[in-house]
Amino acid sequence: MPSENTDGHPNGVAADGSGPAFKGLTLVPVSDVRYRMKDFKSDQEVRWCPGCGDYAILAAFQGFLPELGVPRENIVIVSGIGCSSRFPYYLSTYGMHSIHGRAPAIATGLAASRPDLSVWVVTGDGDGLSIGGNHLIHALRRNVNINVLMFNNRIYGLTKGQYSPTSERGKVTKSSPVGSLDTPFNPVSLALGAEASFVARTVDSDRRHLTSVLRAAADHPGASFVEIYQNCPIFNDDAFEPLKDPGQRDARLLRMEHGEPLMVGADRGVVLGEYGELVVADVAEAGEDRVLRHDAHRTDPGYAFALSRLDRPAFEHVPVGLFRSVRRPSYDEMLNGQIAEAETTQGRGDLAALLASGDTWTVE
Amino acid sequence: MPKEVQRLDRVIIRFAGDSGDGMQLTGDRFTQETASFGNDLSTLPNFPAEIRAPAGTLPGVSSFQLHFADHDIMTPGDAPNVLVAMNPAALRANIDDVPKGAMVIVNTDEFTKRALAKVGYTANPLEDGSLAGYKVSAVPLTSMTVRALEDFGLSKKDSERAKNMFALGLLSWMYNRPTEGTLDFLRAKFAKKPDIMSANIAAFKAGWNFGETTEDFAVSYEVRPAALPSGTYRNITGNTALSYGLVAGAELTGLPLFLGSYPITPASDILHELSRHKRFGVRTFQAEDEIAGVGAALGASFGGALGVTTTSGPGMVLKAETVGLAVMTELPLIVVDVQRGGPSTGLPTKTEQADLLMALFGRNGESPVPVLAPRSPADCFDIAVEAARIATKYRTPVIVLSDGYLANGSEPWRIPDVSALPDLSVEFAAGPNGEDGAFLPYLRDPETLARPWAVPGTAGLEHRIGGIEKSDRTGDISYSPANHDLMVRTRQAKVDGISRDIDPLEVDDPTGDADVLVLGWGGTYGSIGAAVRRVRRVGGRVAHAHLRHLNPFPGNLEEVLRRYDRVLVPEINLGQLALLLRGRFLVDVISYTKVRGLPFKAEELAGVLQEVIDRAE
Ligand code: SF4
Repeated sequence: MPSENTDGHPNGVAADGSGPAFKGLTLVPVSDVRYRMKDFKSDQEVRWCPGCGDYAILAAFQGFLPELGVPRENIVIVSGIGCSSRFPYYLSTYGMHSIHGRAPAIATGLAASRPDLSVWVVTGDGDGLSIGGNHLIHALRRNVNINVLMFNNRIYGLTKGQYSPTSERGKVTKSSPVGSLDTPFNPVSLALGAEASFVARTVDSDRRHLTSVLRAAADHPGASFVEIYQNCPIFNDDAFEPLKDPGQRDARLLRMEHGEPLMVGADRGVVLGEYGELVVADVAEAGEDRVLRHDAHRTDPGYAFALSRLDRPAFEHVPVGLFRSVRRPSYDEMLNGQIAEAETTQGRGDLAALLASGDTWTVE
Repeated sequence: MPKEVQRLDRVIIRFAGDSGDGMQLTGDRFTQETASFGNDLSTLPNFPAEIRAPAGTLPGVSSFQLHFADHDIMTPGDAPNVLVAMNPAALRANIDDVPKGAMVIVNTDEFTKRALAKVGYTANPLEDGSLAGYKVSAVPLTSMTVRALEDFGLSKKDSERAKNMFALGLLSWMYNRPTEGTLDFLRAKFAKKPDIMSANIAAFKAGWNFGETTEDFAVSYEVRPAALPSGTYRNITGNTALSYGLVAGAELTGLPLFLGSYPITPASDILHELSRHKRFGVRTFQAEDEIAGVGAALGASFGGALGVTTTSGPGMVLKAETVGLAVMTELPLIVVDVQRGGPSTGLPTKTEQADLLMALFGRNGESPVPVLAPRSPADCFDIAVEAARIATKYRTPVIVLSDGYLANGSEPWRIPDVSALPDLSVEFAAGPNGEDGAFLPYLRDPETLARPWAVPGTAGLEHRIGGIEKSDRTGDISYSPANHDLMVRTRQAKVDGISRDIDPLEVDDPTGDADVLVLGWGGTYGSIGAAVRRVRRVGGRVAHAHLRHLNPFPGNLEEVLRRYDRVLVPEINLGQLALLLRGRFLVDVISYTKVRGLPFKAEELAGVLQEVIDRAE
């Protein structure tokens, strides 16, 4: 559980009553309404395919929002285009279902001008990594105070099954009848390379873990990036089955917890390799003291990046949880700081004085 | 003995040199001196797209033209009376524009064999008689500057660099310009480099003194202040006026200004200017690309800000999809397109009016957007305020079509009285508007057809919007054929209805019996106006009207068009407004077009106009 810095409280107020429970929301009003999950359901009929992983994510999100403790009107969900991007319609908050790939840009303008809002971006592997890749990486490096939830189903669903930027090479789809030629992105590696200050991964079907990651993301001031493995039963069924099947998942999942040893199952642990890379080794052979303890707060992203590379070859061992969570000033905080600074040191602007600035002359 | 002073009613000076010679700065300073003296003026900077094109070459020539007068004028002038050429390239690139009889001041130090050969001169034009008919003043500007700065202990290069100030000093003497502003400017600009500051001041004074003492210049000239309407004035470029207009629009609507922008010539100066006004609550966001610039602006609008994005043609293309989203979500948004030569990268530093049809139609689907165009640099202020008014009142994106000429050109601006500016306060939706306490985000104001603007943070009005077709009233997703037809027509009707809320087209027809109307739009106002004056001076009867609202058109446009036998429409494109007028009103207007990257010359337009008049009679 990524619980090292969460002191969430069902009421949204810190346990000591001092303010919002979530540090990412210090400027967002605290609600005095006690919400329940149903308060966040909109009146719109949910229209994903039966069995789609999006249902589980929606339920977990709706279940988590009361805990956020933010007035419903101060929550905004912004999405792009794709199956996942229908998300805002199903929540009773403010929302914008925008255009393909642009949600991070739209959310940036909103979050930067309205620090009193809790802004969530919902995107997919096509929306976020392909057509909108540029906006995603720049929002992450700027550290705008938004939470990006990227549903990764490794396929284009809404356009009916073409390979996506996270599809494995050789994947046979409608647009790649003899196998796709593209090397996929590893979204976590990409986010880390983009200077993201918070990067996590979770799985649609594990509600407890998913909720804990949402909690940590909300708690993070600045941009948080959460990759959620999401099953698309129609076009890419069971893509993550090895990580879900009770018979094998424990042997594959590397559940990262801050301060705890990095273990895959009971017998294998993460140790430093010969060249400084991370490798998964048999603990009995390598020695227990060589197993690294997870530190999500390392300033240098190199370690988190090395962790993100562990999930190759496919699913043999897959880290989930928080890769990285470090504090640095958020874009909106700095932008609004510059405004406040200018207003304090120079005084609030006076339009008449501005218009008459520079060399002027008078005609009688 | 004091020298003779001749009085002139107007002068056109062109400073030309290498792009590294500081010609824009020189022109700008001369302009400020002229403005503070009280002349009416109009300027035309012209510079290469390359930051430092190879020195001494034709593509590297940068120039600044200034027209000033003791009466009100409309253009930067067709042909210079004075050309200052800092090197052979500047002479070669500009001399064809200079009529015989004009004064040509050349910097002889740069007329070396090599420099001449570089621009294709086989003989020295100062010696081979090719400048016969011009009043040539051969001045060794560089070496005189270096000599004047001998005692400053500067490198030769640094001394030479001050030659533009020597030239400015000389011209300031010649036209009896006030110099205090330039001296103050130099003191401020080089405050951190005192030796460079004193050198530039010394060079400026040396230029002035040279004029006063040398026998080469027997006369100086006087151009009296113009009798402009009373008020306080400043000189202003289109980009600055537009920036101020946006700040004013935000103040008048009571909304915080949010600018999302990506650097692009010739629009970047608006980003630069607005980034300096944080004390007005102006948030500027330099985005990763054009799409993010407009996306962030729209996001800010959703949150209750006055969202603005600024760009030029190539950026407009990229923003189209987001502008469509703003049409669908019916949120206020101001999109400024400072047009430049196109297509593609085109002519980044030159002017053109060829984005009109793109502004109107360059999106998928039926996507109506109000389009405005300022007619002069100072008018950019009023147009920006008007854009803020329309965008917020009608909850719609508004496109402003400025252009490279307006953006960088300048003119005196009578500073408006802030208390006389319109109150544009905006009311956000505060409570439910439907039965049973429901909120209907697409329930419209019956008069404006605008929908409520409910910003996040308002309890009880939580709603979802987006790019999928909306159901009337509820704003829910709707794929119903009848609803789509209704919504397409309603969005169109909303924009069309704005024509009832804008000033009617004014026609300038002093005799009231003209048969010919010349109709322009945007940045051609000055050239057309100057051409009309020329024609009238020789007895021609012509009416002039100029469109600032391109979509919707003013309500009386059709009536105005039908009032005249012939309508001439000059444009710096291949006839885009003409196409619209013909299509909309079945009026066979006469289209006159030029796409040279430069404003029309008044003389040329006057000729065209005269022909049309002659044919009509
Ligand atoms: S296509 Fe796949 S991702 Fe899209 S709704 Fe259906 S199951 Fe879900």
